[in-house]
Amino acid sequence: MDKTQNNRAWFLVLPVLVLVAFSAVIPLMTVVNYSVNDTFGNNEFFWAGLDWFDEAVHSDRIHGALVRQAMFSAIILAIEVPLGIFVALNMPKKGFWSSFCLVVMALPLLIPFNVVGTIWQIFGRGDIGLLGHTLAAIGIDYNYTSDPFDAWATVVVMDVWHWTSLVALLAYAGLQSIPQAYYQAARIDQASRWAVFRYIELPKMKGVLLIAVLLRFMDSFMIYTEPFVVTGGGPGNSTTFLSIDLVKMAVGQFDLGPAAAFSIMYFLVILLVSWVFYTVMTNLDRQEAK
Amino acid sequence: MAQITLKNLAHSYLPNPRGEQDYALKEMDHVWQDGGAYALLGSSGCGKTTLLNIISGLLRPSHGRVFFGDRDVTDAATAERNIAQVFQFPVVYDTMTVRDNLAFPLRNRGQDAAYIKRRVDQIAQMIGMEAMLSRKAQGLTADAKQKISLGRGMVREDVNAILFDEPLTVIDPHMKWELRTQLKQLHREFGHTMIYVTHDQTEALTFADKVVVMYDGRVVQLGTPEELFETPAHTFVGYFIGSPGMNFIDAKVAGNRATLASGSVVDLGADHGTPSGRVQIGIRPEHAVLTAGEGLPVAIRRVEDVGRHRILRAELEGQAFNIVQPEGLQVPGEPRVTFAPGKVSVYADDWRVAPQGRAV
Repeated sequence: MDKTQNNRAWFLVLPVLVLVAFSAVIPLMTVVNYSVNDTFGNNEFFWAGLDWFDEAVHSDRIHGALVRQAMFSAIILAIEVPLGIFVALNMPKKGFWSSFCLVVMALPLLIPFNVVGTIWQIFGRGDIGLLGHTLAAIGIDYNYTSDPFDAWATVVVMDVWHWTSLVALLAYAGLQSIPQAYYQAARIDQASRWAVFRYIELPKMKGVLLIAVLLRFMDSFMIYTEPFVVTGGGPGNSTTFLSIDLVKMAVGQFDLGPAAAFSIMYFLVILLVSWVFYTVMTNLDRQEAK
Repeated sequence: MAQITLKNLAHSYLPNPRGEQDYALKEMDHVWQDGGAYALLGSSGCGKTTLLNIISGLLRPSHGRVFFGDRDVTDAATAERNIAQVFQFPVVYDTMTVRDNLAFPLRNRGQDAAYIKRRVDQIAQMIGMEAMLSRKAQGLTADAKQKISLGRGMVREDVNAILFDEPLTVIDPHMKWELRTQLKQLHREFGHTMIYVTHDQTEALTFADKVVVMYDGRVVQLGTPEELFETPAHTFVGYFIGSPGMNFIDAKVAGNRATLASGSVVDLGADHGTPSGRVQIGIRPEHAVLTAGEGLPVAIRRVEDVGRHRILRAELEGQAFNIVQPEGLQVPGEPRVTFAPGKVSVYADDWRVAPQGRAV
């Protein structure tokens, strides 16, 4: 077939370009604009160069939020990934109960973030919350508004409750794609349960698990709504993660310059870490193929 | 190693089978002799794989018992039965090297390292993969993966039987010959009982001493390749073995005469009594001779030259009829066909009627 070369075809992409520019690029550029200027309102800008970036890089407050954020992501990944795999392994493979489990597990994923936050905010209260009340009744001193550990535990458990399903569903899809012959061959070869997991199930799930880890990392690294609703970042700063801090800075204190610099770096960090994740995992794949 | 006996065996995938049609395997009694090389031949969906999985214990039969020697293993787990099985599509452990793949069944059974190494090297040589032993199995071609599967099936020396479930489907034609020859050689060397499932008659006939033909969940014939060719016990065997398959023509049979619909008479050469039901006579295309003078008139529809002989697609009594004609012979102007004496079989309701006064 002869290919027709006609550069006017580029005009067909124009609507998309305009739309993306309008909805993404231009707003992002205003953020860039704020990040290199100082403003006192009235649309008056004073050139600030890289001062805000410099300030953000050396800010103890942002360092603290970053450390808390990294800890939070690490903890929930360490819990949700193994737990999700475990749940997927124990789900029924077919029949009514398989569909039932799928529906039930999809439910938390459908609940809006602020509703999840509110559910747990009330659930954990000592006076009217079932969890808080029960814990108090059996003599555990639990109060997520005053104890940093309790606040962390609540936020982590809430995230596990909300998102483990996603990992489990992805892992389940990976498991379902394994042909029966593999399990049969393993029985013929007298492989142990662990060997079946290690050499058949885990390798076949690797692709979807990579996606799961990436999604959970990005989402948890940007988490805002749920902890904001439950703890508001407190007690003190103990559950103030990056985006909570960012909102405080931008909307609470109206420090638009530093906040803009902060958010650009925030975006780059997520991009960078996701890229590293992806490259490392796919490279592992390629090495194994050799 | 042991003789494998199937006693009153039947299997249905339904919890409450009502009639015969609900059974994937109809009730059967069968003995697989220790050290035999069997081929299990039949079209897709006839129950071959079901039967194989019952023998290896991957499937528990809904009816009947399975014995290894004198031991009832019906409820024994696969691992206990010490059976090797190779599947239709390659199963390899992707993250392991080829060497680890081959060693896996031995390691799981706690063999010592020196023995495993020796044995793996031996098998690798047999399947021609010595050069790839330290490679990861992932990313190999389907051919190579299936060779690994075969190797894993053969690596244990003490197995009761090796079951092959259409193992050469994904392998290149020239490699097929080689591997089949190696399997055959392996059988001669170690004397394992081997059951080889296939729907390819060439594969079955070249591999096995005894061929078991299955049709619709039933074993219809067990015999040597020659027996299957000369005296098919069921019209399916006649049709399935041979290329093209046996010709069948409706007829009325009385004594040693078969009368066709047009009134023509065929001499059967032996007394077949008076079978009832749907009666057909069967004749191999190789045993039909085209003549110019005597015999039944046929109409030739098409001639296929396949090199060493020609296949004539003809019509006899209004039914399709194939004739294999040796090289160099001509098709006469008004062709007629005669049947080689003693080569005509009689079938009543698809089952062969043995001529009286002569063994089958």
